[in-house]
Amino acid sequence: MSTVTQFVPRTRRNVELLLVLLACAIVMVAYLAVGLAVNGQVPLDLITQGAWLLGLTVAFHVVLRWRAAYADPLLLPIAALLNGLGLVMIHRLDLAKGTESAMASRQLMWSALGMVVACLVLVLLRDHRQLRRYTYTTMAAGLVFLLLPLVPFLGRSVYGARIWINIGPFSFQPGEIAKILLTIFFAGYLVQTRDALALVGRSVLGFPLPRGRDLGPILIAWIASLLVLVLERDLGSSLLFFGLFVAMLYVATERISWIAIGMLLFGGGAYLAYLLFDHVQQRVMFWLNPWSETALAQSDQLVRGLMGMGAGGILGTGLGSGHPYLTYFAESDFIIPSFAEELGLAGLFAILLLYALLVERGLRTALGTRDGFGKLLATGLSFSIALQVFVVVGGVTRVIPLTGLTTPFLSQGGSSLLANWTIVAILLRISDHARRPMPAPVKVTMPDSAPTPTTPRPAVKP
Amino acid sequence: MNNPIRRLALVMACMFASLLIASTWIQFFQAGELRDKPGNRRTLLATYSRERGSILVDGEAIARSEKVDDEFQYQRSYPGGPAYGHITGYYSFLYGSGGGLENSADELLTGDAPRLFFRRLGDLITARDPSGVNLELTIDPRAQKAAERGLGNQRGAVVALDPRSGAILAMVSHPEYDPNRLSGHDADEVTKAWNQLNKASGKPMINRAIGGDLYPPGSVFKVITAAAALSSGEYTEQSSLPGPAKLRLPQTNVDLPNAGGGSCNGGQTDLGLALERSCNTAFGWLGMQLGADAMREQARKFGFGQQLNMPMPVTPSSVPEQINEPQEALTAIGQYDVRVTPMQVAMVAAAVGNEGKLMKPYLIRQTRGADLDVLDQTRPEQLGRAVDKGTAATLTHMMERVVESGTGTRAQIDGVRVAGKSGTAEHGEGRNPHAWFMAFAPAQNPTIAVAVVVEDGGNAGSEAAGGRVSAPIARDVMKAVIAP
Repeated sequence: MSTVTQFVPRTRRNVELLLVLLACAIVMVAYLAVGLAVNGQVPLDLITQGAWLLGLTVAFHVVLRWRAAYADPLLLPIAALLNGLGLVMIHRLDLAKGTESAMASRQLMWSALGMVVACLVLVLLRDHRQLRRYTYTTMAAGLVFLLLPLVPFLGRSVYGARIWINIGPFSFQPGEIAKILLTIFFAGYLVQTRDALALVGRSVLGFPLPRGRDLGPILIAWIASLLVLVLERDLGSSLLFFGLFVAMLYVATERISWIAIGMLLFGGGAYLAYLLFDHVQQRVMFWLNPWSETALAQSDQLVRGLMGMGAGGILGTGLGSGHPYLTYFAESDFIIPSFAEELGLAGLFAILLLYALLVERGLRTALGTRDGFGKLLATGLSFSIALQVFVVVGGVTRVIPLTGLTTPFLSQGGSSLLANWTIVAILLRISDHARRPMPAPVKVTMPDSAPTPTTPRPAVKP
Repeated sequence: MNNPIRRLALVMACMFASLLIASTWIQFFQAGELRDKPGNRRTLLATYSRERGSILVDGEAIARSEKVDDEFQYQRSYPGGPAYGHITGYYSFLYGSGGGLENSADELLTGDAPRLFFRRLGDLITARDPSGVNLELTIDPRAQKAAERGLGNQRGAVVALDPRSGAILAMVSHPEYDPNRLSGHDADEVTKAWNQLNKASGKPMINRAIGGDLYPPGSVFKVITAAAALSSGEYTEQSSLPGPAKLRLPQTNVDLPNAGGGSCNGGQTDLGLALERSCNTAFGWLGMQLGADAMREQARKFGFGQQLNMPMPVTPSSVPEQINEPQEALTAIGQYDVRVTPMQVAMVAAAVGNEGKLMKPYLIRQTRGADLDVLDQTRPEQLGRAVDKGTAATLTHMMERVVESGTGTRAQIDGVRVAGKSGTAEHGEGRNPHAWFMAFAPAQNPTIAVAVVVEDGGNAGSEAAGGRVSAPIARDVMKAVIAP
């Protein structure tokens, strides 16, 4: 008698708990190092700050045990570690700026809010496929959020980019939320239309071209991203949206031609923007010749970041012992050079590998989940993190022109934290679905009367 | 859909790889270049945030670093003020270190000197911030004060040495400047002070004692000519020399006159008397007899042409090459193109006083660690022998006569025998002469040798002569050390 034994995937929640504790321990050691280096004493609020972080992450972990027991065990610890390290660096810059500065406490508040929202998403969203119902609602909401900063009196320009809105005392970057909404829309829309997009079309000189009407959505996405670039002067977001859409389109249709068309449109749009807009030309000049006199006369922000990274070298100056505050936006767009200075190349590698791991877990989720919508959504969300890290880190390391984007989880900024914790929550939800065992399979039992081979089979050598 | 996801993953891997490569490029390969970029404030702050050693005179700091609550962490201050400005130099976050020990002993003050390697290793192990060493100077504050007061508002320089060791007892250059004005942390104030000091007509930032445009030595050079004569073995103190009122220079129609216009001892003098009265015609004649080579060689033995670091670099003094006979006559009395530093003149006096042995001048007596333990003690070093012992004794006797009854009577100190030589150096038509005096005392066993130069006659103007203007300053400096 033989039975087919069901493979029972382990929940790995205990591993997650261990990693969460480890992440909190690393953050507290880093906090201690900053206190010792800057003030020469153990920081008084080490215990309270540590308790906050520990409490929040462990509570999050408990929610996962309760509502998503099979979720990926690495996502939460990585997000918590990055968030915690960001807090430490922001706290360190607070110390450098003097007693008035309280960015870190605001950041901690937003981290708490972000985790609470993420838990709510996990509690309320029992199955990620529910989101598919709101495909066109999310599109509308996404576009509204994207273009909200253009509303007079509501929108606000900061350093030329009009990507903020003010509501009473609060300011918010709606683009961060739009990023999630549009990813949901892309996933929902593409899973519906992928067959039409993938299979119908003419072949021109052996190169499969889509039908004109199928080209519509990509053109709309292109125009929307150009609008963001032109009207909001936000290079980073426009690159992010368009890249995200093209990647998801390719995954949905498996057709390289979409990427070629996307690249063509992107290249054309970028070149057009370069010809038409001063601020784009300026960015390109900073990228190619940051040390030239013309560049330095206009801005030395990139150069200061580079000098910070250079000062860090391989092993860094040590947390609290460098001068990251000499770089502009050291706590937001330039938080990566801040880490590179104080933790060195080694620390920067560790942080980049944490992101890579986060993205890898997201992609693994996409591979493991069984529905097309889930696959597309998980891929899109993972790719958005990877692309955003690439754009912002590539900007400060001169891989691509510098654009203003936040570094997920590290940068100071409430909307960014909220958005990224929500992304992690959705990924956790999908991964729970992907790793959960099949619902109550029928137990297959071989009948006892099955004929047994009369003659033993010859042994087969492997 | 899994295949395109895998391919997309590959794209993302490439994106991350490019970030890793770019950051490695910046932080590993480019790091050094980035650190050396002009205007890199981080590099500057890294230097300034270390505790720099103090400079001490007789146990009192004339330069020290104090902990302050700004981004530089330490503020450099100079309690010695302008009087020690040329010795300490300045340490400015805008203009770097310069002017004196701050620059030339920078490696010691920061603690980066190679010979401190093992100490730094210790600091690394005990996780202590590396700190610089303290410099204890050879300066005698009494001599320094006397020199400072003696020069007063006149331009010029004073150098005093201990002839036995070469230790520098005083070094003053006027006009002076206050290094505190350059070490402040207020960029505007510092820039203003810097521009003002660099534009000032008297060039206060130049240490005239060891550098600058150098001076013609005038008659103090006669000691070197006399030394060459005595060393040749053909002359003694009593050797007879012609001393007319005017000496016609050969191949020219130019006359070399005596300072007062009259003849020396009725036209015939001896070497001792010629020095005592500073007789131009006798020394001019002597110079032509000896020849340029002998004088140049004697000057070289006194240290001319040598690059010295004490540790500030001393501009080498020089006797011109390739000179003809009339130029030999002018060289013998310290005119024509002979150029000296006051430091070199003090070395000549010191060597004569030290039985002919020339000691290397030095300013740092000891280096001490942060806890004031002595790390290093400077050992006096002999540069060479200027003249033999007998010649030195004769020269000493001749210089004593200068102070006793010659042109240097104003250098006399009660109860102490002083040896000296005056100089009045012409340096251009219509300009008042530089007034020189060099001396050492007590004559038989000197503890101090001094050189004084007052530019353009100082307050005495056209009436200036070395014996009148500079001898009293030299006397006061020596007195401060010998008979306080």
